[in-house]
Amino acid sequence: MTTLKIDAQRSASVPARLRILRDPRLPIVVTAALLVVMYAYGSYRYSFDQQVPANLLINNSYLIVAAVGATFVILTGGIDLSIGSLVGFSTVLTGLLVTRHDWPVAVAAVVVLVAGAVGGLLMGCMIQYFRVPPFIATLAGLFLFRGLSLMLSKESIPINDKTVASIAQFHVPLPGGAFLSVGATVALVVVAVAVVVLHYTRFGRRVYAIGGNEQSALLMGLPVARTKVTVYALSGFCSALSGLVFVLYIQSGDPRAAIGLELDAIAAVVIGGTLLTGGFGYVLGSLLGVLVIGLIKTIISDEGTLSSWWIKIGTGALLLLFILLQRAVASRRT
Amino acid sequence: MAEDSPVLQMTGISKQFPAVRALSGVDFRLFPGEVHALLGENGAGKSTLIKVLTGVYELDEGTVELDGSPVRVTSPHHAQQLGISTVYQEVNLCPNLTVAENIFLGRERTTGPVVRWRRTRREAAALVAGFGLDIDVSAQLGSYPLAIQQLVAIVRAVDLNRVDGAAGTKVLILDEPTSSLDQDEVEVLFGVIRRLKSAGVAVLFVSHFLDQIYRVCDRMTVLRNGRMVGEHLVANLDRVGLVRLMLGRELRQLEELREHERAGSGEVVLRAAGLGRRGSIAPFDLDIGAGEVVGLAGLLGSGRTELARLVFGADQADSGELTVAGETVSHRGGPQATIARGVAFCPENRRAEGLIPELTVRENVMLAMQAARGWVRPVPRETADRLVAKYIAALDIRPADPEAKAGSLSGGNQQKVLLARWILTSPKLLVLDEPTRGIDVGAKAEIQKLVVSLADDGVSVLYISAELDEVLRLSDSIGVLRDRTLVAKLANGPDVTADQIMHTIASGAQP
Amino acid sequence: MTATLTRIRQRDWRRLSRHQLFWPLLILAALLLFNLPFTPNFFSIGVRNGHLYGSLVSILYFGTVPILVALGMTLVIATGGIDLSVGAVMAISGAIACRLISHATDQNSVSLVFTAMALALLAALAAGLFNGLMVARAGVQPIVATLILMVAGRGIAQLITSGFILTELSRPYAVVGGYAAAVPTGLFIVVGFVAITAVLTRRTALGLLVESVGGNAEASRLAGVRAQRIKLMVYVFCALCAGVAGLWNSSSLGGADANNAGLWIELDAILAVVIGGTPLTGGRFSIGGTVVGALILQTLKTTIFTIGIPAQANMVFEAVVVIVICLLQSTDFRRRVGRLVRLPRPPRQRQAPPGELADAGHGPAIASVSQESVEATS
Repeated sequence: MTTLKIDAQRSASVPARLRILRDPRLPIVVTAALLVVMYAYGSYRYSFDQQVPANLLINNSYLIVAAVGATFVILTGGIDLSIGSLVGFSTVLTGLLVTRHDWPVAVAAVVVLVAGAVGGLLMGCMIQYFRVPPFIATLAGLFLFRGLSLMLSKESIPINDKTVASIAQFHVPLPGGAFLSVGATVALVVVAVAVVVLHYTRFGRRVYAIGGNEQSALLMGLPVARTKVTVYALSGFCSALSGLVFVLYIQSGDPRAAIGLELDAIAAVVIGGTLLTGGFGYVLGSLLGVLVIGLIKTIISDEGTLSSWWIKIGTGALLLLFILLQRAVASRRT
Repeated sequence: MAEDSPVLQMTGISKQFPAVRALSGVDFRLFPGEVHALLGENGAGKSTLIKVLTGVYELDEGTVELDGSPVRVTSPHHAQQLGISTVYQEVNLCPNLTVAENIFLGRERTTGPVVRWRRTRREAAALVAGFGLDIDVSAQLGSYPLAIQQLVAIVRAVDLNRVDGAAGTKVLILDEPTSSLDQDEVEVLFGVIRRLKSAGVAVLFVSHFLDQIYRVCDRMTVLRNGRMVGEHLVANLDRVGLVRLMLGRELRQLEELREHERAGSGEVVLRAAGLGRRGSIAPFDLDIGAGEVVGLAGLLGSGRTELARLVFGADQADSGELTVAGETVSHRGGPQATIARGVAFCPENRRAEGLIPELTVRENVMLAMQAARGWVRPVPRETADRLVAKYIAALDIRPADPEAKAGSLSGGNQQKVLLARWILTSPKLLVLDEPTRGIDVGAKAEIQKLVVSLADDGVSVLYISAELDEVLRLSDSIGVLRDRTLVAKLANGPDVTADQIMHTIASGAQP
Repeated sequence: MTATLTRIRQRDWRRLSRHQLFWPLLILAALLLFNLPFTPNFFSIGVRNGHLYGSLVSILYFGTVPILVALGMTLVIATGGIDLSVGAVMAISGAIACRLISHATDQNSVSLVFTAMALALLAALAAGLFNGLMVARAGVQPIVATLILMVAGRGIAQLITSGFILTELSRPYAVVGGYAAAVPTGLFIVVGFVAITAVLTRRTALGLLVESVGGNAEASRLAGVRAQRIKLMVYVFCALCAGVAGLWNSSSLGGADANNAGLWIELDAILAVVIGGTPLTGGRFSIGGTVVGALILQTLKTTIFTIGIPAQANMVFEAVVVIVICLLQSTDFRRRVGRLVRLPRPPRQRQAPPGELADAGHGPAIASVSQESVEATS
C-alpha cells in the first residue's frame, strides 16, 4: 500500500511571498489598509473626534444591511438589482401601516420584513425554476417594487409615531463617550449573524459551493434550488430590514427613497473583495467597502468647497483603483 | 468473490431522446465486491445508462432493482441516498473550498446548526490518510492538480452515507477515472479500488484504457448502438475479442501504422532555442523538421502541454527565441503571429479551449481561416460550403450536417471538427495535445491514420499523448519531459520501447 | 388534396413560428392592436405643425434613444459583456454639446453645431475606449468595469454643466432631435445606424467573430481571433451609439440635464436586447430582434399613456410585461405550462433541461437538444 505525499502547487516551487498573493483574504486586507489610510488623512485634515467612526456606521447603517444581503446573492454568482426598490417599498409600506392605518410599529415591521422576504422569494423562484437570468429577474423586481411604491403613495408619508421617534433618537453608548444609533447596532448585529451563518453553518457553505461551481454542487447532492431561492429571499429580507433602518433615518415613507442603492451595495461588495463571479468573498469585506464609500462622502463634504458631484467621481475613481488592484493580485495567482 | 445475488439489477432499460434511441432493452447487473467495466464506443449508450442509474435521466422502459427491491431513482441526490455514488471525469467538486470542506460538503460535522471545523478537518485528514494520501486538507482544492482533485472526489464518494449510519455506498461509479492520472496515481487508485472490493462495494468502472480494465476488473459489459451485446468475465475474453465486440468488426489498422517509414525533407520548420516560461517550463531547445512527427512523452504535469502552448504562442514566453519557417516570432505575438507563419494547435481541453459550442460546425471549421483573413473580408459562402462539405466527408464527421451545433457532437466528432479547422489553413506544423483522449477505439485509429497521412504530405506534427504506445507508433523522434524540463530527445526506431521511455522519464537522463 | 394543404400549412406555420423574430413581432403587433379599443385612431397618421403626427409617429420618435442605445448594447452583450455606462455617456455627450453651443455668441452657426457635436462624440468614443480597455486589456468583469463610468460619468456630466440645466436655442441643432422633411430626424438616424450595423456585422466577418468571442473567448483566441480587439471595438461602438442618442436627446429637449439624461436607459436597453432574443451570456445576436424589442418597450410606454393609466402604474405595467415575456421565453416555463395548453413551439433556445450535464465527450450527444430534432419527430 503506497502512501503518496503531495504538496499543494506541486510542480513548480512557489516562493513564500507569492503564496501570500494567492491568499483569498488579501483583497480585504488591502481594503482595510485603505480605510485606515483614508481615516488617518481625514483625521489629520479635519481633526476627527471619536464620534466620527460611529457616525460613519450610523449614517451608512442601511447600506450595510443592504450590502450584507447583496453579498449572499453575489456569493452564489447572482446579482440583485431590486435592493433599492425594496427599500423604498418597505418605507412606504411602513408609513402606510403606521401613519394611515394606525398599526403598532412592531406588527408593521414584521409585515414589512415578510413582504421583503416574499418578494425576494418570488424573484428567486423565477431565477431558479424558470431560468430567467438574475439580472433580468431582479431588474423586473426593481421596476415592480418601485412602481408599487408609487402606486401606494405618490408622495412621501411622514411618520410621527412616538415609538419610531424614540427608537430613532435612542443612543447606544460606546466606551469612550461615543454612541451608536439603533440602526447602526442592527447593522452590526446583521453583519455578525451573516458571518456566523456563512462560515459556521451548512447553509453558508452551500452558498459558497454554489458560487464555486453550481453544477458540482448539484451533483454533490446539495439542495441547490432551495438554497438559491433562499438566498434571494434573504436578500429581500435584508432589503426590507434596510428599509426599516432607513425609516428611522428619514422618519417617513418615501416612494423615491434609495433609488440606485443597489449600485452602492454592489460597489461596496466589489470594493470589499468579493468576486462577482461568486464563490470568493467575505461579509466583513462588504462592511469595509461600505465604510470606505461612506468615508469618501464624509471627506468630500467636510472639504466644503467641493460640489456634490465629486462624490460620484470620487467613488468611481476608488472603484477603479480597487478593481485594478484586484486584477493585479489575481493575475499574479496564475 | 461468491456468486451471490446482484446488488444492482437493471432489466430492459430503454431511453428515447427526440432524435436518438439511446438505449434499447439493456440488461445490466452488478455483484457486490466486484469491479465491473462498462465498455462501448461513442454513442453506444454508456453515459446514458449511467445517467439513468443516477437519476439524471428518467428511463422510458425497464426496471432497476437495488438489493432485490425495485427502486425509482429520481435525482442524483436520491441516488446518493440509496447508496449509489458517482465520480465523474470532470471533477465535480468546488475548487474554491478546502479539501476537507469538499469531502464533507452537505454533511459537515455539526453541533446543532453550528459546524465544528476542527472535528471536520480531523476526520477529513483521517479519511484521506486511510486512502493512502498525504495532503493538507485545509488547503484550497483548486490549488491541487486535477489528479489530486479526482482522488478527493473518490474519497468523498466512497465515504458518503457510511458515517451517517445509513446504507453505506453500495455502488461506486467511476466515470473515466484515470484519464488525468499518471502511473503512480493510477496505482493509488487501484489500491483504493481493491480496498473497496474487499469491503463489498461494487465498482462500476467506465474507461477506454483496455490495459487498465484487464488489470483491475473482474467482469465487463459491452454496449453497442444502445444495446447490450455481451457480458463476460474479463478472464474469458481477450482484447481482440473485446474490440471486435465493441466495433463489430476486426481492427488491424493500428498495427499497420508501425511499419510505416517516412523520409523527411530535412528543412527545419520550427526552432526553439532556450524558450521557456517561469513557473511553467524550463528553457528548452527543440527542432522540428518538415514532415517530421515529434512525440512528447512524460508524466502528467511534466510540462508537455506547457511546451506545446509556448511553441504555439498561446502562452507568452519570457526567455529564449522562437523561429518558425525561418522567421523569428516575437514573444508578444500571441497565437496570431504563429498562425500567420503556419502553426496550428488543437488544445487538450476541446470544450473549453477548442470549440465554440453554440456555433455551427461550418462556423467552427471556418473560424481559423476567417480569423487569419481579418474581419473585413469574409470568406465567400460558396467557398466555405464547399470546403466544409469536403472535410465533413474526408474526416467522416457525424452527423454530416454543417449547420448542426458543434456543442451537440460527440467527443470524437468534435475533435474532427477541430482538426478540420486547422488542416484547412494548410499549416506547416500541427500541434496536437491529447487528440485521442476520451475517444473510442475506432475514432482513435482514424485520427492516428490522419496524422500519418499529414506527415506524408510534408506537414510536421507535434504530438502529445498520455498513451505511450501511440507516441511510439507515430513519432519520428520523441521528446521526454520530466518535472517541467525537456530532459531528452530520442530518435524513434524499432528498438525503442515503452520501457526505455519510462526509464528516461524516471532517471531524467539522456539514454 | 386538402389534407396535404393543411399539412403543408402546418409545416410552414411551424417553420415561421421558429423564426427568431416571430414571437417578438407577434407581441409587438398584439400591443399595438391592444390600443385600438381605447384609441380608435391609434393607427392614424396626420400632419401637424409641418410634420407627421400620430401615435405611431410618437412611438418612433420617442423610440429613437432606446433603439440606438440598445443597438450598441446588442454587440456588447453578444461578446458576453454588458455596458452599464450608456446613460452616463448620453449625459456627458449632451452636456458637452450644449455647453459649447450655449456659451457661443452665435448659437445658430452651423459650423459651431458640427464642432460641438463632433467633440461630444469624441468624448463618447473616449468613454467607450476606457470601457473597452478595462474589459479587454485589464480583464475586468464588464459589469464592474462599466459601473465605474456609470457612477463617475454622471458626476463628470454634472461637472460640465456645473449642476445646472443648460439650455440652448440653436436652430440647426434643433433639427437633430426634431424633424427633417416632416419625418422625425431620429428615424433617419436609427435607420442609418441599423443599416450600418447590419452591414458591418453580416456583410463582413465581424458578426461571426463577435459571436465566436461571445460563445467562447479563449477558444476564439486560440483560433487566432483577435478577441481583445473585437471586444474593444464593440465597447467603442456602444458608447458611440450612446453618444448619438445623447445628442438627439438634448436636442429634442433644447438643453442638457446632467441629472436625468439617460437615467436608467441601460436597463431598458438590456431588456430590449434580451426580449429581442440575444442571450445575456453572449453568442448569437439579432439586430432585428433588438429593434423589435426596443419598439415593444416603447409601445408599452405609449400604450400606458394613451390608455390613460396614471404614470405611477407605468413601472408596474412594464415590470409585468417584462416578466411575462421572460417567462414565455423560458423553456422551463413553456414546458410546465405547455402541458396544460397546447402552445405552438417556441424559437430555438440554447438551454438544456435542468439537471442535464454537459457531456464530457463520450456517450450520445444529447446534452443540448436542438429544437429541430423536436420538430422532426413531433
